[in-house]
Amino acid sequence: MGDIFDCCESHASRRFNRRSVLLGGATFAAWAYLPKFARAKDGRDPRLVTIILRGALDGLATVAPVGDPEYASLHGSIALVRDGAHPAIELDSFFVLHPAMPEFARMYKDKKAAIVHAVATSYRERSHFDGQDVLESGFAGPGRVQSGWLNRALENLPRGERVMSGLAVGPITPLVLRGGAPTVGWVPATLPQAADDTAMRLVDLYNHRDPYLANALSQGLQIEKIAAKDDSMKPKPGMNGIGAMRLAAKGAAKLMAADDGPRIAALAFDGWDTHANEGGPVGRLAQLLSGLDGAFAEFENGLGDRWRDTVIVVATEFGRTARINGTDGTDHGTGTVALLAGGAVKGGRVISDWPGLKIADLYENRDLKPTTDLRGVIKGVLRDHLGLGDQVLAEAVFPESGTVRPMKGLIA
Amino acid sequence: MSRDPQGALVALNRFGLGARGGAAGDFGSAAVDPRGFVKAELNRPNVALLDAPGLQPTSELAQLAFDYQNDVKQQREAAKKAADAIAAVPDAKIPDNSMSTSMASGGMTAAGTMQSTLANPTPGKEPPQPPNVIQKTFRAEALARLQRATMAESGFVERLVAFWSNHFCISANKGELARMWAGAFEREAIRPHVLGHFGDMLKAVEQHPAMLFFLDNQQSIGPDSRAGRNRKKGLNENLAREIMELHTLGVGSGYSQSDVTSLAAIITGWTFAGREGMLGAPGSFAFNANAHQPGPQKLLGKIYEDTGVMQGETALGDIARNPATVKFIARKFTAHFIADDPPLALVTKLEGVFGKTDGDLKAMTLALLDSDAAWRTPMTKMRSPYEFLVASGRLMGRIPDDPGRALGALNVLGQPLWTPPGPNGFADSNAAWAAPENMKLRLDVASQLSARIADTLEPTQLLESFAGDAASIETRHTVERAETRQQALALLLMSPEFQRR
Repeated sequence: MGDIFDCCESHASRRFNRRSVLLGGATFAAWAYLPKFARAKDGRDPRLVTIILRGALDGLATVAPVGDPEYASLHGSIALVRDGAHPAIELDSFFVLHPAMPEFARMYKDKKAAIVHAVATSYRERSHFDGQDVLESGFAGPGRVQSGWLNRALENLPRGERVMSGLAVGPITPLVLRGGAPTVGWVPATLPQAADDTAMRLVDLYNHRDPYLANALSQGLQIEKIAAKDDSMKPKPGMNGIGAMRLAAKGAAKLMAADDGPRIAALAFDGWDTHANEGGPVGRLAQLLSGLDGAFAEFENGLGDRWRDTVIVVATEFGRTARINGTDGTDHGTGTVALLAGGAVKGGRVISDWPGLKIADLYENRDLKPTTDLRGVIKGVLRDHLGLGDQVLAEAVFPESGTVRPMKGLIA
Repeated sequence: MSRDPQGALVALNRFGLGARGGAAGDFGSAAVDPRGFVKAELNRPNVALLDAPGLQPTSELAQLAFDYQNDVKQQREAAKKAADAIAAVPDAKIPDNSMSTSMASGGMTAAGTMQSTLANPTPGKEPPQPPNVIQKTFRAEALARLQRATMAESGFVERLVAFWSNHFCISANKGELARMWAGAFEREAIRPHVLGHFGDMLKAVEQHPAMLFFLDNQQSIGPDSRAGRNRKKGLNENLAREIMELHTLGVGSGYSQSDVTSLAAIITGWTFAGREGMLGAPGSFAFNANAHQPGPQKLLGKIYEDTGVMQGETALGDIARNPATVKFIARKFTAHFIADDPPLALVTKLEGVFGKTDGDLKAMTLALLDSDAAWRTPMTKMRSPYEFLVASGRLMGRIPDDPGRALGALNVLGQPLWTPPGPNGFADSNAAWAAPENMKLRLDVASQLSARIADTLEPTQLLESFAGDAASIETRHTVERAETRQQALALLLMSPEFQRR
């Protein structure tokens, strides 16, 4: 006795399904135009990748201020240490890096990776969902979810030729890349396909009865065609979320490495909300960071020669409490880290106006106090890497952010 | 008697789970009296309760899960002993069972590993393991829910259940107990109250072991409580924050960080009894006075004296009738059934009813059905993947006897059962469900589904069954002119009349 859902068992079991990869936090969207500057005479052809970590990354556990006398007691059982069975990686005399990130450490040593610490958006409440909206929309407050700062940055670049045709966003496009500039979307996918003829008939019906669905379905059909040809971009059975991060990065890098591929991409990884049993050098956060570290390596590897023109920006909606909570985790906080990596980064530095961790120095007596506005960091990258002007950045990309100056010297 | 075909479509699709095929004649009944057709279910006694053979209460499920975890632990220890005995093998692999709980609330690894264990393993590798008691329970709960939804009269009550279950969601990916309890949570905390009072549902939800586990409250300890002082443990504000942000007041409604901290302190001690049963029957709600933060707390401008478990119950009662809660709930409820951007007058009307009746959900539901706007607003919302799959099953008259396929389809379409990506639940908007990626996937699923069963069905008859004379001429022609039965069926399932509600 089969029921009507027989269709779906096969790919739920035989293959890893696309949507669980998506829930695993691997989404990717890219700009569909080749920027004009790509043909500039110095041969630079910049790539920009934005990775959003949803759930609020514990910056103090990722890049730990072991030189701050308060750190060890505040972060308690999960604090990183320089010695022991799982020593953290030395960055300078004050900061260490989480030991689950050897690839990022190597890039840092090669001066191709940098960290900005005690950074935050302009958002000062502690809701994930509002925090993510502020981070990704680029507006000073929540509630503006029509478009993201990266898309508005694209709209203000001089447009070159189109590198992929007629494609737009999927449900999985992160807000940061939603908006007027056309984008493509991709997720690692496998599913038995409907016949082309059936699809065309349906598009025809929608054209007559439901133009909105006609548009959506047409775009969905085209997105599929781009990535369908390449087996290495398909998920493997049994892959976990860590693998999903690598896979998303690998696929994105491959599409971006092509001469006619997209230059700008955004990815979102979920799962950073470590309220309980966060773990120190090993454990839950360590697993997640190792996935992120793998994504850096995949980008470096997959972009090949283009890595030298690449900047990856990693940002999260806010940080977590400086003091661990009652359950060996951390609750929603404020200041955190932003990570930069790529051949075009002027790295080997932790950039920070360190606020200190004494109780009186904490934001509301609980969180790392932000001393750097994340918008300034991103503005610095957009200006010096993509050539956007200060005024465009202050008005269109990050509205009403004139007082936040672009950070200088982030790009080599 | 006059007939109202458009009203029938609204009744069946906007409020119900679609017409049942075969001899049910749902479209005809709904066309005679659309409003009455939807309301009929509301008057059946205990209509929302679900009690199928084999479904067990949370505490019994807990015992089974604890026993299972104990077995696994012993097997692991035995295996480790054997490995240690051999001693020459330094890298002997120990199965890592900590993943399921340590990865906790993130969608991350949970989505992946759960998928590969829930569905059968890859062919050609190790022989498939028989499902363990946790997987079996999840599947039994899922099957009972799917069967109920497929057989229900209009399906309106099941739609209410799905709405509230998503509003107060937990995720089965949190860990083994959450997976074990996902169905029981809905049966025990949601279903009894969907036509009852909001305050009762709120209390049942926040005291349910599944929610306490999902948002970490069983670990939250008052720093000045006896347990807090002895063990140097303290607050975890996860549940308190989501109660205010997602379950009641809504974000930006004026509460502060100190309100979050206060509520977290107020509900310290809200936990469930563990396997030793020191606080009561294992897996039942328990108030642990030893972990409760002593003293009064100021919350939203009011002082709550320390009355033990009552301190939290009183606070929740007040939050349930806070005007911000009323506004938040009325809007979300209306947006779910009527439109992403719901008619303001209708929202205001529901706010009024909710406020006047102290959160009587049946009164609010009837107010929705009795309004004109609910019937006149154009059908612009997309069916969610769950609604789409259940409606397909109803139309084709297939009552599932195994949940595997439906669960697989829900995963593919981005709405894995009882497993939303975060505590805010699944999206409830066209931006999510009518987006390019999702439309393509729906078409693929509709095609595969049609390929299996088209032989036994007559597509033009099915079109009559679910849309009758409300079907557009274009849809009718598209179905009639299809090359094969299978194609006709796929197109019919993807038609605007079937997808929109």
